[in-house]
Amino acid sequence: MALLSKKDTNLILDPLADNNPITIQVLGICSALAITAELNASIVMALSVIFVLGVGNVVISLIRNIIPSKIRIIVQLIVVATLVIVVDQVLKAFAYELSKTLAVFVGLIITNCIIMGRFEAFALGNSPWRSFLDGIGNALGYGVILIIVGFFRELLGSGTLFGIKVLGDPIAKTGLYAFGYENNGFMIIPPAALIVVGIIIWVQRSRNTALIEEN
Amino acid sequence: MAIDTEKNVYTVFFAVIMVIIVGSVLAFLASGLSGKIKENERFEKQQNILYAMGVNENEGDGSVNFIPTDRVEAEFANYITEQLVLNGDQITTDEEAYLIDLKKEMTALKNGATPRLPVFIGEKDGKKYYILPMYGKGLWDAIWGFISLNEDMVVQGVYFDHKAETPGLGANIKQRYFMDDFIGESILDGNRYAGVAVAKGNNDPINQIKDDNEVDALAGATITGNGVSAMIRESVNLYRNYLETIRQQ
Repeated sequence: MALLSKKDTNLILDPLADNNPITIQVLGICSALAITAELNASIVMALSVIFVLGVGNVVISLIRNIIPSKIRIIVQLIVVATLVIVVDQVLKAFAYELSKTLAVFVGLIITNCIIMGRFEAFALGNSPWRSFLDGIGNALGYGVILIIVGFFRELLGSGTLFGIKVLGDPIAKTGLYAFGYENNGFMIIPPAALIVVGIIIWVQRSRNTALIEEN
Repeated sequence: MAIDTEKNVYTVFFAVIMVIIVGSVLAFLASGLSGKIKENERFEKQQNILYAMGVNENEGDGSVNFIPTDRVEAEFANYITEQLVLNGDQITTDEEAYLIDLKKEMTALKNGATPRLPVFIGEKDGKKYYILPMYGKGLWDAIWGFISLNEDMVVQGVYFDHKAETPGLGANIKQRYFMDDFIGESILDGNRYAGVAVAKGNNDPINQIKDDNEVDALAGATITGNGVSAMIRESVNLYRNYLETIRQQ
C-alpha cells in the first residue's frame, strides 16, 4: 500500500481494537448511553462523528502552529461547533428529513469528549493527513461500539432491527413470541447500555489480557 | 519570521480574526440557505396537517409516509378548504394561517395577550375534519403536533413531532403505531374536554377500548408521554369555545 504506510494503517486500526475510545479510554460514554436504543440512531450518530472528527482534526492540524496555546481549548470548541452548525444547515436545506433525525445529536456531538480529546492529544502535534486518519480511526472505533450496543439493545429490547420486526409480532404473538418469548423492556432504558458496554469490555479484556490494568 | 504565539497581543489578534472568519462563514451560509430552509419548513407543515386528517401515503408496513414534497402544495390546496384564525371571539379566514408559529402565540398567551389560534378545516370524501395545532413540552425540549376531529369530537388522526426526545424512547411518539392508537378516541368525557391521555396502567395494548380517553403508553418514555397528554388536554381547552360551536351545529 503506497497510500498508507504501516504506521498510518495503525492510526485507523488501533482505535478499532486495542485502543478503542469507548472500551479502553472510556470516552464518549454519555452519547453511547443516550442514543443506542435503536440501531438506526447509532449509525447516524457514528456517521456524524466520523465526519466531524475527520474534518475537525484536519482543520486543527492545519492551524496547529498558529493557535495561541492559552486559548486553544476555546479554538477547538469553536471548530467543532462551527462544523456541526454547517452540517446542520446544509442538511436542513438539502436533506430535510435527515436533518430532523440528526437534530437530537447536534448537542451530543459538540460535547463528545472523544472529539476534543483527539484534537488535544493528536491533531495539535501531527500533520493534517495523519490527523485525518487518526480522526477517522477513532470515530470508527466509537461507531463500531455504538452499532454493537444499538444492535443488541434494539433486538432484545424491542425485538426489531432498523424498525423491522425480526423476531415476530409481540402483540399478535407470532414468531418467537408464540413460544412465550418477551421483549426485555430494561434494554431500551439507558442503564442497559452501560451493561452492554461492560460486557464488551469484559470480552475484549479476556481475549487480550495485556489490556487488564494491574493494581 | 517566527510568530510568538505566547504574546497576549497575538492571542487577542488571533481571537478577533477567528471570530470574524467563523462569523462570516456562518452568516453567509445562513443567508444563502434560508430560502431553501423556509420552503422545506413550509412543506413540512403542510405534510403534517394533511397527515393528521389522514391524507398520506401510509402502507401496511407501519411506517409514516407523507405526501411527497413536490405534490404537497397542490394537495394542501385541494383538501384544506378553509384556514381560520381565532383571535379571542373574532374568527377570520387567513390563507397563511398554517404559517403561524404556535410557540410565539403560546408565549403571548402566557404574557396575558390574546393568542392567534389557527384552525384548518379539511374535507375528504364528503366528511369534514377540524384540525388543531398543538404545542407542549416533552422531556428535553418542545413537542408539537396536529389533531384532527370530526363534529362529534372524535379523533380522526394525529401527528406528533418533537425537537429532542430520546431516540428509541420518547422519540417514538412520531411512530405510526403510537399515533394510530389515537384514532377513534373521543376527546370528551361527558361534557368535559378531557383530551386523550397517554396512560401506563391502561391495560389495553392494542387499544380496543375507544371510550376511555386513554391510549397505551410508551415504555421508558413516561415524561414524554405525560407531555403528550398535557399538550392535547391544554390545546383542546384553548379551542373549547370554538369546538362548542361545531358541536352545536
